[in-house]
Amino acid sequence: MRLLEYFRSSRRNTAAVAKERLQIVIAHERSEGSGRGYIQRLLPKLEQEILQVIRKYFQIEENQVTLQVEREGDYEVLELNVTLPD
Amino acid sequence: MATIIVVTSGKGGVGKTTTSAAFAMGLALRGHRTAIIDFDVGLRNLDLIMGCERRVVYDFVNVINGEANLNQALIKDKRVDELYILPASQTRNKDALTSEGVNKVLSELFERGFEYIVCDSPAGIEHGAFIALYFADEALIVTNPEVSSVRDSDRILGILASKSRRAENGAEPIKEHLLVTRYDPSRVNSGDMLAMEDITDILGIPILGVIPECPSVLQASNSGVPVILEDSSRAGQAYTDIVGRFLGENLPHRFTTPEKRGFLKRLFR
Repeated sequence: MRLLEYFRSSRRNTAAVAKERLQIVIAHERSEGSGRGYIQRLLPKLEQEILQVIRKYFQIEENQVTLQVEREGDYEVLELNVTLPD
Repeated sequence: MATIIVVTSGKGGVGKTTTSAAFAMGLALRGHRTAIIDFDVGLRNLDLIMGCERRVVYDFVNVINGEANLNQALIKDKRVDELYILPASQTRNKDALTSEGVNKVLSELFERGFEYIVCDSPAGIEHGAFIALYFADEALIVTNPEVSSVRDSDRILGILASKSRRAENGAEPIKEHLLVTRYDPSRVNSGDMLAMEDITDILGIPILGVIPECPSVLQASNSGVPVILEDSSRAGQAYTDIVGRFLGENLPHRFTTPEKRGFLKRLFR
């Protein structure tokens, strides 16, 4: 059997399919906001990516971008502060 | 101050109890005073995996209800000093675990000088699982390289980050560690199984260790011996590494590449 499989080139990489499906479904479930925790966990990465985008246009330090989530009633508000250089 | 570690997963049958037993035994083997608590009230099994099922007289719920004191319910392991087991009740249901009651038992364990308290969570996201993770300082997330298990682990991560005592008090978040079990590197290589890197990518938490698929896990549970004591087995050695890494040692991952087999064996397996 193994010998046959070796020569069958059309074998699908199901692990790659699994990874892609999981990434989609988990991103969706996280964005549905099953609690504040999900958002908190995404913040550090989001902050880094925003920093990289802003750095394309301005010279800023890491601490000049801050992100935080605040709760207002039923809503969660994502607050982004960017201090631009003079 | 003791460290409370929850072993959790969401999905059932991925190796929570096997991991709890091996991990707690590993900490005790290193000389740390360790208690292991079965939170799976109604479906007690930690006693079987630890091999102390015939020594259970009183249980966790008896202590919470004041029907026995902690001394009467704690079972001292016969193989290693410093390891104690608190079994779950087999006759009640999970609602018997009140938050005040569990808190009281944990504080009493602190007072007795336990360094680590390992909480073996039930599967699911019902009350039993919530109360098992509520007081945790650190979490071992046990995951199989399988879509349903990975997804359920992500749900549990959300709950750890939002419904735990640390989350409610705005304290430093629970420290999360990923543990992948039933890993088969040769299937990973042939593209049939999610790789450990894929799983850390998806879940976004650091990996503490990988347990290879290994016959010794079933053999050890058959005889009530935590698999970490099978020190010639691959799973046993992988758990020993995990305990070492948890305690801050820098150990490379083992058993994550396929075992070398002869050319003929590979063709004709």
